[in-house]
Amino acid sequence: MSINWYLAVSALVFSIGAAGVLTRRNPLVVLLCLELMLNAANIALIAFSRMHGNHDGQIFAIIVMVVAACEVCIGLGVVVALHRRRLPIDVDELRELHG
Amino acid sequence: MAELFFFIAALGAVAGAVGVVTLRNPFFSVLALVFHLLSLAALFLLLRAEFVAAAQVIVYAGAVMVLYVFVVAYIGGSEAAQIRPPVGRAQQGLAVAFALALFVELIVASLGSGLKALDTEGAGYQPGFGTPERIGELLLTRFLLPFEVASFLLLIAAVGAVTLARRRGGITGEEGEEVMLALPASRPRPLGTGTMAEGGGILRPAADVHPDTDADREPVAGAPEGGW
Repeated sequence: MSINWYLAVSALVFSIGAAGVLTRRNPLVVLLCLELMLNAANIALIAFSRMHGNHDGQIFAIIVMVVAACEVCIGLGVVVALHRRRLPIDVDELRELHG
Repeated sequence: MAELFFFIAALGAVAGAVGVVTLRNPFFSVLALVFHLLSLAALFLLLRAEFVAAAQVIVYAGAVMVLYVFVVAYIGGSEAAQIRPPVGRAQQGLAVAFALALFVELIVASLGSGLKALDTEGAGYQPGFGTPERIGELLLTRFLLPFEVASFLLLIAAVGAVTLARRRGGITGEEGEEVMLALPASRPRPLGTGTMAEGGGILRPAADVHPDTDADREPVAGAPEGGW
């Protein structure tokens, strides 16, 4: 398979993730859609790594996975804190930064 | 054969992604994402990134998704989503149009780049490409600084998550009154010894307990005289 096919899958998954971030209101699902977008970037990075025949893209993908894990950690912490304070779990109603 | 595997894995990845966005129940969204991640690991294997594929399955589809499942179970599923209707037609249509435009733009960018190598299957295969030995060697030699920075970032995220999700104001009832007060009889051990219950504000020093206690007040770290 040529590298172009992998890039097409990457673009498709990234667009689906972007649409999800724009339409869903539950912050948990918004975080899941962010994961989709990061993973789409990972496919492209690894496809380019294969294209060039060196490992730099794979290292980059591993670092992206680390950053995604940190983002999930903090995001879920925020969601749990919202739930504890009995705030609505809905990004449309959480427009202000005060607790 | 590689084409067949590619199309199966790519279909799985796209179907999983669509499932994440369209399913109403967040729990099913998480399961769809697990399916998507497993399909993605198959794509990584086709691209000869063995170590990244294994890390994807173990760390992502395993550990991170378990964290998601726990939080979805804790928050309590989709009750909030059922109270209010889904977003309006206009916003949905706009979002889909934006996503389509983004997709077309990305495809044009990759096809119109004029890179000859994009039409090939990539560089020739060298033995040992993508194995844990090579990745580990690179991470500890050429990419040592990013590796250390990533470990530091993980540490910061762990501390931040504990700080965010900590229970601050004690356990309060529906009307906000304190349900559990620190009675002397309910104290199995002396206060100020750094237990988790103290850190969470459930148990307070006796000097702190009076009717108009501020709910957000933290137990003091220093030991006032006569408290314990």
